[in-house]
Amino acid sequence: MVEAWNSWIWPTVWIVIKILVIVVPVLLSVAYLTLAERKVIGAMQLRKGPNIVGPFGLFQPLADGAKLFLKEMIIPSGANPGVFILAPCVTFALALIAWAVIPFGEGLVLADINVGILYLFAVSSLGVYGILMAGWASNSRYAFLGALRSAAQMVSYEVSMGFVIITVLLCVGSLNLTAIVEAQRDLWFVIPLFPMAVIFFISTLAETNRHPFDLPEAEAELVAGYNVEYSGMAFALFFLGEYANMILMSGMTTVLFLGGWLPPLDIEPLNWIPGPIWFAAKIAFCLFIFIWVRATFPRYRYDQLMRLGWKVFLPLSLFAVAVVAGVLLTFGWLPTPVAG
Amino acid sequence: MAETQIKNFNLNFGPQHPAAHGVLRLVLEMDGEVVERADPHIGLLHRGTEKLIEYKTYAQAVPYFDRLDYVAPQNQEHAFVLGAEKLLGIEVPKRGQYIRVLYCEIGRILNHILNITAFAMDVGAMTPMLWGFEIRERLMEFCESASGARLHMNYFRVGGVAQDLPAGLLEEIGKWADEEFPAFMDDLESLLTGNRIFKQRTVDIGVINAEQCFDWGFTGPNLRASGIAWDLRKAQPYDAYAEMDFDIPVGKMGDCYDRYLVRMIEMRESLKIIKQCVENMPSGPVKSTNKKVTPPTRGDMKQSMEALIHHFKLFTEGFHVPAGETYTAVEAPKGEFGVYLVADGSNKPFRCKIRAPGFAHLQATEFLSKGHMLADVVANIGSIDVVFGEIDR
Repeated sequence: MVEAWNSWIWPTVWIVIKILVIVVPVLLSVAYLTLAERKVIGAMQLRKGPNIVGPFGLFQPLADGAKLFLKEMIIPSGANPGVFILAPCVTFALALIAWAVIPFGEGLVLADINVGILYLFAVSSLGVYGILMAGWASNSRYAFLGALRSAAQMVSYEVSMGFVIITVLLCVGSLNLTAIVEAQRDLWFVIPLFPMAVIFFISTLAETNRHPFDLPEAEAELVAGYNVEYSGMAFALFFLGEYANMILMSGMTTVLFLGGWLPPLDIEPLNWIPGPIWFAAKIAFCLFIFIWVRATFPRYRYDQLMRLGWKVFLPLSLFAVAVVAGVLLTFGWLPTPVAG
Repeated sequence: MAETQIKNFNLNFGPQHPAAHGVLRLVLEMDGEVVERADPHIGLLHRGTEKLIEYKTYAQAVPYFDRLDYVAPQNQEHAFVLGAEKLLGIEVPKRGQYIRVLYCEIGRILNHILNITAFAMDVGAMTPMLWGFEIRERLMEFCESASGARLHMNYFRVGGVAQDLPAGLLEEIGKWADEEFPAFMDDLESLLTGNRIFKQRTVDIGVINAEQCFDWGFTGPNLRASGIAWDLRKAQPYDAYAEMDFDIPVGKMGDCYDRYLVRMIEMRESLKIIKQCVENMPSGPVKSTNKKVTPPTRGDMKQSMEALIHHFKLFTEGFHVPAGETYTAVEAPKGEFGVYLVADGSNKPFRCKIRAPGFAHLQATEFLSKGHMLADVVANIGSIDVVFGEIDR
C-alpha cells in the first residue's frame, strides 16, 4: 500500500495540484483579460467600458461567465454533433496544455523538457484543428469560410514564426525555455534581434486571429466566422481558448525576446521583485499592445494577409536566419551547447 | 467514374448582417472568396411613403421625408418644401433660408460622419465609429434645441421653418464649428487617411469611371469621386446657397478611397458654410408672411379673430396648392434627392414621386463587386453610402 502510495498515487495528486496552480490563475487572467480589453478599448474610444457590475465593473467577467454557463447550447440541425461539440473542447484544451512548459520563474515550470519551444510550437499549430472542426461541423457557409481563412492564415504565419524562433535558438544553443531565458541575463533578445521580435509579434497577432488579422471572425464580412453557430458554454470555450492563446503568445514573446522572468537590469531595487511578477508584467505589456492594435487598425483582406505572410515575412525571416547564423559563425559568438 | 460538377455556392448576405447597412439582402454567388455575382434585393423596408403622402396635407407630408434617409432628415424635408413653395410661388424670408441652409449642412455632416465611420467599421476599424457618434450627438443636440427632436426634426415648413432658433444656439454652433469639429476631423484623419491597411483595403477597390456614373445615374459624392464637378448647390443654387462661399471636392480615380476623401473634404466645406451661416445670419421672420400658408402666432390668435380662423383652417384642412407640377431636387448628402410633385389644386399632393439617390447607387453593387473578394463587397457597400429608408421608401 505504502509502495503504491509512494510510486504513483502521491505523484499523481501532486501533479494535479501543480496543474491546478497553473490552470486556475490562467483562467482567472483570461476572465480579467476580457475586462481589461473592454476597459482599455473603452478608454481609447472615449467611453467607460463595463462599470455597473461591481466596483469598476470588476465582477463583469463573472457575470458574463455565469450567463454563458446557464445558456442553452444550440446544436444546429444540419451540424455534425460529435465534431461540433468536440471542436471547442479541442481549442480550449490545446490553449491550456501549452502552459506546461512555460517557465514562470527560476525553476517554476511544470515540465522542464529540453525541447520546450518545439512543444510550444507544435501545440500552437494544432490550434487550427479546433477552428477547422468548428467550421466544418457547423455546416454553415459563414463558419466554413471562416475556418478556411483561419487554416490558411495560421499555416502561413507559422512558417515565418518558425524561422524567427530559429534565430533565437541559434543565439541560445538550446530548445529549453529556461535556457532561453537564462541566455538573456545580460541582454534581452529584443535588442539585438529587434526586427525579428517585431515579425514575431505580428505573427502572433495572426496566429491568435486578432486585429488586424481577425479575418476568420470578421464581423463585417462573416458575421462571426467559425463560431457563428455556437452558443452557451461551447462559445465560451472558444472564447476562453482564444484569450488563453493570446496570453500564451504574449508569454512566448516574453520568453523569447523580453527576458522571461528576468528584471530589465540586474541591480538592487529591481531584482527584489520576484521573477513571476516580472513575467506577468511583461505579459501584461504585450497584451496591452494586442488590445491597442485592435482599437487602432482596420482589417486586412484575405489575399493581402497571405501576401504579407508569404512575400514579406517569410523572405525576411529566412534572410535573418542566414544573417544571424553568419554573424555568429564569423565572430565566433556561437553558444556552447548546453548539456541535457 | 462519375463526373463531379463543381458549382459555385450562394451566400445570403443579409438582411440580418452586420455590414448590410440596414436591410440590404445581397445574394452572392461565390467561387471561394471571389464574388461572381452580387444580386441586391430591395423592398424589406417598404412603407408606401409615396402613396401615404397622397392622403396627407402638405404640412403633414413633411415628417415622411424625415423617415426616408433617416441619417440626414433635414435635406429631404428641404426638397419637399422647396417643391411646394415653387408651386405656391411664395418667397422665403432671408433668415428662414439661412436657417434651412444651416441645418442642411448639419444634416450633411451627420450623414458623412455616419457613413465614413460605418465604412471604417466595415473594413475593420472600430474606433472611428465611437468617436463619430460622440460628435454626432452634439449635432443632434443642435437639432433638438431648434425643433425638439434629435433625429426626425420635422423642422422645415412650406414657407420657412417651424420656429426661430432659441437664443444662444448660434453661438454654441459657432463654437462647435471653430473648436470641437476640426479637432475631431484631425483625429479621424490620423486614424484612417494615411493608414496603410485602410489604403490597401480601399485604393483601387470598386472603381467607377465617369462614363459608368452617367449610365447608372450616379449623383453626389459618388459622382464627384469619379471626377465630375457636379453639385446642385453650385449648379442651380437654391435658398441661400448662392450667397455661400464653398468649394466642391472632386476625386480622380472613383475608387472607395476617393469616395472616402471626397466625403471628408465635403465635411470641411460644410463646416465653412455653417460658419458663414452663423456669422451672417440675418434678422427678420423665419417663415413666409403669407397668412394663407403660414400659421399665425399664439399671441395673434388671442387678439385677432381672423388669425384664429387661419389657424383653424391651416391645421384642419391645410393650404391649397394651385394645380401644376414640379421636379425639385436638392443636393442631399447622398446625391440628388428629387421630389416630383403634382398638385391638383386641393390640399393634398396628387402625386409625390421621390427620387432617392441611394436607389441608383445600389444598382452598381453588381458590377462593382464582380471579381472582387468578399471583403471588397463590404467595402463597396460602405463606400457608396446606401440607406434603406430612402431606397425602399
